[in-house]
Amino acid sequence: MAVMTYADAAKTTLAEEMRRDPLVWCLGEDLGRGGVFGQYKGLPEEFGPQRISDAPISEAAILGAAVGAAMTGTRPVVEMRFADFALCAVDELVNQAAKARYMFGGQTKVPLVVREPMGMWRSSAAQHSQSLESWYTHIPGLVVVCPATPHDNRGLLKTAIRSDDPVVYMEHKNLWALEGEVPDGDPIPFGVARIARAGTDVTIVSWSATVHAATEAAESLASEGIEAEVIDLRTLWPWDKRAVFASVEKTGRLIVAHESVQVGGFGAEVAATVADALFGKLKAPVKRLGSPRVPIAYAPPLEDMLRVTPAKIAEMARTLVQQ
Amino acid sequence: MRNRTGRATRQMTQGETMARAATKSPSRASSATSATKRSTRSTKTAKATADVPSNEALVGYYKQMLVIRRFEEKAGQLYGMGLIGGFCHLYIGQEAVVVGMQAAIGEGDTVVTSYRDHGHMLACGMEARGVMAELTGRIGGYSKGKGGSMHMFSREKNFFGGHGIVGAQVPIGTGLGFRHKYQKTDRVSLTYLGDGAVNQGQVYESFNMAALWKLPVIFIIENNKYGMGTSVQRAAAGPSLAERGHAYGIPGEEVDGMSVLAVKAAGEKAVKHCRAGKGPFILEMKTYRYRGHSMSDPAKYRTKEELNKMRQEHDPIDNLRRVLMEQGVAEDALKKVDREIKDLITDAADFAQQSPEPDPSELWTDILVDA
Repeated sequence: MAVMTYADAAKTTLAEEMRRDPLVWCLGEDLGRGGVFGQYKGLPEEFGPQRISDAPISEAAILGAAVGAAMTGTRPVVEMRFADFALCAVDELVNQAAKARYMFGGQTKVPLVVREPMGMWRSSAAQHSQSLESWYTHIPGLVVVCPATPHDNRGLLKTAIRSDDPVVYMEHKNLWALEGEVPDGDPIPFGVARIARAGTDVTIVSWSATVHAATEAAESLASEGIEAEVIDLRTLWPWDKRAVFASVEKTGRLIVAHESVQVGGFGAEVAATVADALFGKLKAPVKRLGSPRVPIAYAPPLEDMLRVTPAKIAEMARTLVQQ
Repeated sequence: MRNRTGRATRQMTQGETMARAATKSPSRASSATSATKRSTRSTKTAKATADVPSNEALVGYYKQMLVIRRFEEKAGQLYGMGLIGGFCHLYIGQEAVVVGMQAAIGEGDTVVTSYRDHGHMLACGMEARGVMAELTGRIGGYSKGKGGSMHMFSREKNFFGGHGIVGAQVPIGTGLGFRHKYQKTDRVSLTYLGDGAVNQGQVYESFNMAALWKLPVIFIIENNKYGMGTSVQRAAAGPSLAERGHAYGIPGEEVDGMSVLAVKAAGEKAVKHCRAGKGPFILEMKTYRYRGHSMSDPAKYRTKEELNKMRQEHDPIDNLRRVLMEQGVAEDALKKVDREIKDLITDAADFAQQSPEPDPSELWTDILVDA
């Protein structure tokens, strides 16, 4: 079975899709040198400067141009370098890409992948560290994907490129070098969660890098006799309610853990949905665990205070189970 | 296209055919018609062209401009009657710009614009019925009543919207140009923007990108003198909007946007430039809108005298009508055209009131393709 890094998994898929479909092309800053994180390395040589278009620093024009090129039937993959920078292009993403199909009465589609590397990456500070996935889940017309493993980055990117909808594809910067088994290159459907670890006492729902913190927490809880079930949502829109409900019906307890700010985070949506649907089956209050509502600090000790760590997740699980 | 098959917009189609025929075989005459004006510095002039289109083609332009004028007048009426809501930006006064540009392009060239878009859609050959029914929010509208005045689209007619954020369509038009080049076609992207949009940052990102990659994009700045209520003199620095691409090496010209023939001549030159692979081109159309920015704007920021002077001395339709009479086109023929258009617009307005409102289930459709 192949072992790949998270970055290489995406690159393998992208190259494969570009070979398969000449309408797939990439547009973004720093692509000419293989991407700011090396996630496009080798692609400029293989596909040339038109299909791997090295763009000026012009996020709005990049995304707007991609919308135009997508509406005319090509399949652009846009690189924004950092989710933070993509905010310069939010108008084109939210007002144009997400709305075109609806406001034009279904006459067009916008098959577009917007890669927005997200998350804390040691001391990257307030403008290069944010996790803004919940913003996009609020926007009808967008698909939101947050892969946690190399296998998922391979399969979900494939589905994203083949999707006819605009997909906000958020890879976690801290995961680029993560190695993992990639059994196949099959597309992974949107809206199907992954049970990262099975358990019976408490459900921990998460996505992106926090899935690994949750799994680590579950391992340490197991040594205390608490079996936590870890669910990796993989995609936040659409999200797999059925898998979450099934797990919480079994455990009666839910923690939603994510790196982004807790206030208004997608954890609130998951928590409210579960509390509403399974009120009578809960053994404890539904809990959320996210970053405090503070800009991300530069100094490592401060930055660490914002992190949702395995210890914090385990502590919360322990409290819930003891209630 | 749903709900719009086989409907009566024959007049528009004929006009379109005439315009197309005219671009293929212009009659050669020698009188100079271009009213393009040289802008300062390195931007170049659209030199007076020697080509005067045939009478048939001229009647076609007249017809298309009058369709837009009457359509917009009717839309204004329906708005006043409460049948159209929200924002509604009328194109009255600016008709020569889109009609002249459409006469300069061919099959497969694409058009994108912002929200003053009814004229662009009609000039692209979209049906008056479908556009009007969208204004009234009915299922027979181009967007099934879900888009309204600012948001219509037709893949078939190569019209890519219909966008409501000032300047946001400019990168999209740049992307359309990218696609034309990517697909190795010689098609061009007509990307319209107003004098208000020229101060948006993404316009310059687009200029740079289009120039850098030599994309076939004609940026058509419709300078109607007012960005909502702000005169261009108060909002835009520099002597000429046509020069706004100077730093990127994009040639630009000022054009008399009240003359369909001047627009067509300038458009043909820009199209030739783009098709030759020389990159983008900027045309600043000096035009004028007779109505307020939108229906709710009483336009108190300008004088009645200014408006009346434009209407009396520079009206694009009256101007062309005069040319037609000089060319010996019979008044009866023009009256017949007027009547046909009246019928077309009445039919569109009737359709727009009879077409049902969208079913509540439509609220949930067309959000995502896959999910």
